[in-house]
Amino acid sequence: MGSTWTTAAEIRTRVVGGESSATDICGQSLARIDAGDSEIRAFLEVTREHATLRARALDADRAAGGPLGLLAGVPLAVKDNICTRFARTTCASQALAEYRPPFDAAVIERAERAGAVIVGKTNLDEFAMGSSTEYGAFGLSRNPWNLECVPGGSSGGSAAAVAAGFVPVALGSDTGGSVRQPAAFCGVVGLKPTYGRVSRFGLVAYGSSLDQVGTMARTVGDAAALLEVIAGPDPRDSTCLTDPMVDLGSRLSDAALADAARKLRIGIPREFFGAGLDPEVEQAVRGAIAVYQRLGAALIDVSLPSMPHAVAVYYLIATAECSSNLARFDGVHYGHRTSRPPQPRANPTEHLYSASRAEGFGAEAKRRIILGTFALSAGYADKYYGKALQVRRLLNREMQDVLSRVDVLIGPTTPTAAFRIGEKSANPLQIYLADTYTIVANLCGVPAISIPCGFARCGLPIGMQLMAPHLGEPALVQAARLYERETDWHNCHPPAFQ
Amino acid sequence: MSLAIDGCVVEPIIGLEVHLQLATRTKMFCGCALEFAAPPNSRVCPVCLGLPGALPVVNSHAVELAVRTGLAMHCRIARVTRWDRKSYYYPDLPKNYQISQYDQPICGPGHFELPFGGHIRKIRIRRAHLEEDAGKNIHPGDGITAVDLNRAGAPLLEIVTEPDLRSADEAKEFAEQLRRLAAYLGVSEANMMKGQMRFEPNINLRIRKAEAVFVTPIVEVKNLNSFRSLHGAIEYEVQRQFDEWRETGRTTAVGNKSNRGWDDVGMRTLPQREKEEADQYRYFPDPDLPVVKLDPAWVEHLAEELPEMPIPRTERFTCEYKLPVRDAPALVDDRATADLLDHAAEAGADKATLGKHFLGCWSKLANERGVTVAGLGLPPTAFGELAELAHRGVVSATAAAQIAGEIVRCWEAERRTAKPEALAETMGLVQNRDEGQILEWVEQALAANSKAIADSRENPKKAAAICGFLAGQVMKLSAGRADPKRTRELIAQRLESV
Repeated sequence: MGSTWTTAAEIRTRVVGGESSATDICGQSLARIDAGDSEIRAFLEVTREHATLRARALDADRAAGGPLGLLAGVPLAVKDNICTRFARTTCASQALAEYRPPFDAAVIERAERAGAVIVGKTNLDEFAMGSSTEYGAFGLSRNPWNLECVPGGSSGGSAAAVAAGFVPVALGSDTGGSVRQPAAFCGVVGLKPTYGRVSRFGLVAYGSSLDQVGTMARTVGDAAALLEVIAGPDPRDSTCLTDPMVDLGSRLSDAALADAARKLRIGIPREFFGAGLDPEVEQAVRGAIAVYQRLGAALIDVSLPSMPHAVAVYYLIATAECSSNLARFDGVHYGHRTSRPPQPRANPTEHLYSASRAEGFGAEAKRRIILGTFALSAGYADKYYGKALQVRRLLNREMQDVLSRVDVLIGPTTPTAAFRIGEKSANPLQIYLADTYTIVANLCGVPAISIPCGFARCGLPIGMQLMAPHLGEPALVQAARLYERETDWHNCHPPAFQ
Repeated sequence: MSLAIDGCVVEPIIGLEVHLQLATRTKMFCGCALEFAAPPNSRVCPVCLGLPGALPVVNSHAVELAVRTGLAMHCRIARVTRWDRKSYYYPDLPKNYQISQYDQPICGPGHFELPFGGHIRKIRIRRAHLEEDAGKNIHPGDGITAVDLNRAGAPLLEIVTEPDLRSADEAKEFAEQLRRLAAYLGVSEANMMKGQMRFEPNINLRIRKAEAVFVTPIVEVKNLNSFRSLHGAIEYEVQRQFDEWRETGRTTAVGNKSNRGWDDVGMRTLPQREKEEADQYRYFPDPDLPVVKLDPAWVEHLAEELPEMPIPRTERFTCEYKLPVRDAPALVDDRATADLLDHAAEAGADKATLGKHFLGCWSKLANERGVTVAGLGLPPTAFGELAELAHRGVVSATAAAQIAGEIVRCWEAERRTAKPEALAETMGLVQNRDEGQILEWVEQALAANSKAIADSRENPKKAAAICGFLAGQVMKLSAGRADPKRTRELIAQRLESV
């Protein structure tokens, strides 16, 4: 029997070895959700029946001597902006409150093929727009470390589910930090792959040139294993890279790690340690840098001079793309349609559009749609959207240059630990600015990981972030594991869920 | 081409936008079949329905057809071509944006040489770009609008000319020749009834009165789906714009271009309700689709493979095969038959004889069977061999037709390739050129018609007619085998010597 904190790797070993059945593991996961999720509200829907059937089928496969995948019997939580045939995919929006996709996302197909048992769909900020999971249409999620605090976002439900021990691994999506920031707030690992590493087919688009499905887990090894499963070419996504995924597991063995630290070159970008960074967070990250130094890694000061513009660039590009991606939710073909009749002299089609959309979207989605529509409007497109593209290219060149001289970059994931629920909802700009450190990786399409690196005095976890060059996931998870192996943060769990 | 109306010289200025549906098997960005008149919404999938999470994948066959069309119009083919989203809300547009091409179209400037009014008119092509078609709104009554998305995502090539056309006749001729070209290249069925070719002319007038020149505001007539409506709309607009100018004096200015629709019953254009801010399409590069790089070597290869175009080929056929100007276009438009004719000529057969046979006996046999000459399916050598037989005078024209009939019969009944020469023998159709034998028949004919000979001596004007009559008699006696040329010569000699 596994405990609350059993890792995916351990679960697989037990299932393969016949020590545990997938059905039991699944039942335990569902029981923990039943017991704890009324407080956390990580899940929008628990897919009890589907999970149970999958687990039984898996046990039957094992009994018949069939091959077992890398995630055999591993309970998996999935952010609710990833399409599933077997459960609604709401994106935490009224617009899709009852929407049930007719197809599975590529990542769902792959995870299930590898034996994962999907236990539910997790909460998010509406259409993945937000950093607190306060902006979903069906209520907010809470941070397992402190129920008065947000779990971060937009993949807050997935992060909380992993942190509370409901599941060992979860899928999120990361457009500007939506996997890494909640991972940091909840004290778990969040891995955003290289843009194109994972197929976006079936991920409901927010900012298409930035979106990437990411993995969340309590250990680097589990996050890497889930990535290995979901990554790889997919002809249904033209932006998906054709490079095959490499074996990450072998990079994490003790043998592979033995010599790795002394060869590691770590870049410390000056811009990650400027104004606005909480001293407690800075101290924790400096502590992590000291660990690497002790292990023999070379530390190199570097700079990304355009980074101060990253937030502005991100919020122009992401909102421009979102204004177009969300145009389809108009009540005509599927999703929420207004039941209000048009005014006597109103154009009925225009009424259908505007009323359905006004009712379907929440305030944050509307804010971003309006911002993006403006950024693309005639007379402004060059000034805003066009300029943002230019700065993005500049930032990419700087990133490329820096990453040609080091193996990974290190810095904080967020400027502060988790904030209190409602604390920042009056000030969206402040929330936007808190995305500074994570946004850069999306704008440059490079892989990045957030791992726990300490606690604030108030008891909330702190995360640090590593970034690697394009397709540099092997070096990235190796560097993360080197630190994890030296520390015990990943074995600290929220007191309420011990 | 200027018109004189009420003391003014009026020159219509016409540019044309042509939408051509490409003859691919599947849609532009998904695998759905293109099928006309299938049950509504039966040829759809998540991609062309614009469902959340679905992603477009470029149909490379559509790209190839676009390049071939562009090459045939002497267009500059892009090295790199890009996809853009064009945003507008309409129920038949599921994503509320259309994937199109904005500033990097697949085909750049080119031209089309149009024989018109005894001249070759060079109509400049501004560009041609690929895009996806919208679906169809259907209004079954009771204020209900239904949407059929079978056509949504069909591949369209939008060809845009410079305003180089000068009359309704010329625009119609251009459109017809473009359709001929498309059919010839096999890039489009260009079936008007199926809406596979649609026109949107931009029309205005340059009016000269005394020394002054006035230019009327541009009108775009939307969505014309026949040559008749294209012609009618332009004719109507020319008169209407002239009348309006006389009444209001309004001339072209920034922002006063307008759209009109076409009333096919009343044969008139009507003002169209302007889409609000119609220029606000908010074009931006589609982040779901990487740019398409066209390999110059591949483009070069396609250029080499281009067939001779219908207009120059028609001209060549009338010269080389001595085809009547009236009959040549139909033969040329049936590309397979025209190719067969060229191949037979290349193999060395006499061209004039081939021309006669193709329009004569072969066409007749094909028509009887409701197929084209190529559709008869005969081995290509048959055509040349028969032509040579006739040309060398081995058989007469009448005999050649009989042999052709037998060749087809043998092929149909027994799948047997009958050699024309052998058939001529076995059917006893080889012309007799034995001087002695022909002379014998001539003598017999003269003996039986002594009165005719007497007549010819009395009235030399009748001599030619009598000579023909006697030749006919010889043909009868010889069962059509006497060489007609030699027969006439011998009759003439005999009549003189009498």
